[in-house]
Amino acid sequence: MLTRKKLGMIASRLLQALPIAVLATFVVYSLMQLIPGDIAVTLAGENASDERIAEIRELYRLNQPFLVQYGSWLWNAVQGDLGVSLLTREPVAETIARTYPTTLLIVAYAIVLSVVIGVPLGILAASRPGSLLDSGIMSIASLGVTVPNFWFGMILALWLALGLNLFPATGFASPGDGLGTALWYATLPALALCTNGIAEVSRQLRSSLVEIQSSQFVRTLHAKGLSPASILWKHGLKNVGVNLLTVISLLFNKTLAATVVVEAVFAIPGIGSAIVNAVLQGDFPVVQGAVLAMVATVIVVNLVTDVLYTVLDPRIEQA
Amino acid sequence: MSATTLLPLQQDSIVVRFGRWLRRDIRGALSLAFLLLLIVVALLAPWIAPYSPTEQDYANMLAEPSARHWLGTDDLGRDVFSRLIHGTASSLYAAFLAVGVAVLVGVPVGLVAGFMGGWVDLAISRCIDTLLSFPAIVLAVAVTGAMGIGLTNAMLAVGLVFSPQLARLVRARTLVVRQELYVDAARCFGASLPRLLLKHVLPNAIQPVLVQATLLLAVALLAEASLNFLGLGVQPPDVSWGMMIARGYMYMEIAPAQMYVPGLAILLTAIAFNTLGESLRVALDPTLRGR
Repeated sequence: MLTRKKLGMIASRLLQALPIAVLATFVVYSLMQLIPGDIAVTLAGENASDERIAEIRELYRLNQPFLVQYGSWLWNAVQGDLGVSLLTREPVAETIARTYPTTLLIVAYAIVLSVVIGVPLGILAASRPGSLLDSGIMSIASLGVTVPNFWFGMILALWLALGLNLFPATGFASPGDGLGTALWYATLPALALCTNGIAEVSRQLRSSLVEIQSSQFVRTLHAKGLSPASILWKHGLKNVGVNLLTVISLLFNKTLAATVVVEAVFAIPGIGSAIVNAVLQGDFPVVQGAVLAMVATVIVVNLVTDVLYTVLDPRIEQA
Repeated sequence: MSATTLLPLQQDSIVVRFGRWLRRDIRGALSLAFLLLLIVVALLAPWIAPYSPTEQDYANMLAEPSARHWLGTDDLGRDVFSRLIHGTASSLYAAFLAVGVAVLVGVPVGLVAGFMGGWVDLAISRCIDTLLSFPAIVLAVAVTGAMGIGLTNAMLAVGLVFSPQLARLVRARTLVVRQELYVDAARCFGASLPRLLLKHVLPNAIQPVLVQATLLLAVALLAEASLNFLGLGVQPPDVSWGMMIARGYMYMEIAPAQMYVPGLAILLTAIAFNTLGESLRVALDPTLRGR
């Protein structure tokens, strides 16, 4: 399965990710330069003592050139030291370790839901292109892209949690308390988040299946007497299944972003809530650390899906 | 299609072509009409709204929709319908500001990258890839946090975060356009680089930007709602739809209308931007015509 050509492609993909990762850390650190005025004074907060301002200036090496500041921050970050919260003095790495698993569970859950719901919808739509069923499904899909996730989450909470008492309306159980309970609490947030994913998955699947159905080899299969259904199942899906990987890697980024707001609706102590609270309270080390953790995950997920794509798609060999 | 049938089409004035498009694409026309109506409502808000957005009716707090308050009142006795009308302006302003910034930053960057090629292109492309790796709202939240909380800062942040998408699009288009004969011809006649880019490359690379920018308006509107919901955008006493949702959420069991109404407003406006964008895509792309 892994030929020399594929290994070469994987290696070059890994090399491509490296400058992106380094640039991303630079962007995260540079965020601080956007703070207007004297950074140390702003970070110290209102009515801060001169000692506190001096302490922060020292902590961030703010009296040294920018590149030196960045270099020492990066050196510490690589070793897992992302500084401490300006408010609680908790190490930022610990804040991330405490909040991120919760967020990742919800994101993963939402992506699974997107695929589980989106794939059948896409197949249904593609089975009769141009029909009422097709246009109905595609209309629902475009609704899924435009609905504000957090608002949809509130409606779910109002109807399914407060109305029918099916799920808890707010709060969260960490995966450590048993996966069942954690999933129970994560269901409404994941449902709120998956509308976009369902739309993307079903649209992508439909358009590639429709494209395949009008291709030469499908016409041959028709001529051989295969039923449209078995063409769709045996030959169509085999060809487009790999494309889903690309959709999923894009979805991961979008869903992670949307979680920030959905966490606020369901009062979930995830990394999104951590960022928002830190922004509202001016706790910049937490903002930087959390953004860094999220972008790092996105880069890794993109890399993994690209590598999987290379490994799984036999057509790459011929290209 | 032969050249003789194409020529008269191109001689039609833009107004005639626009009229023809409106008649053929009813969904696009409806979306455009809805958005124009919203702009009128936003501009005339103080005269249209029955109450001031901050006027409190102490006898009617969290009231159900009635003849007096069409969409009910919020927890401070403020008229939800009036607040919705006043919120239109900040929501539209936010969406247009963000997309305007994205276009102003993204288009020149994409033009330069695509036209210059070489290491300039490589460097810019890596930066674009990097910025696209950030979850958009998260980066916008962080940038807002650094620049200071407020609607204008929040939407500047959203615009900056969206700009790499447009830059990538313009770059790809420019790569194609710069190969064209007329660009070579202009260069041979001694056209300067800015003139080449502005007069020859940009007009031929701008159409997909127009489509993408219209679609981005929908995304920007949702981003605005999100940031306002989180309290990072509009600050009281100003009103926005996202903020109304946040307020309505606290009392949704007693007065659900307060939460439904602004959300529906956002949803409808986003659908209108999206539909208009899709219509533009079909109208501007010759290969999609007649589908």
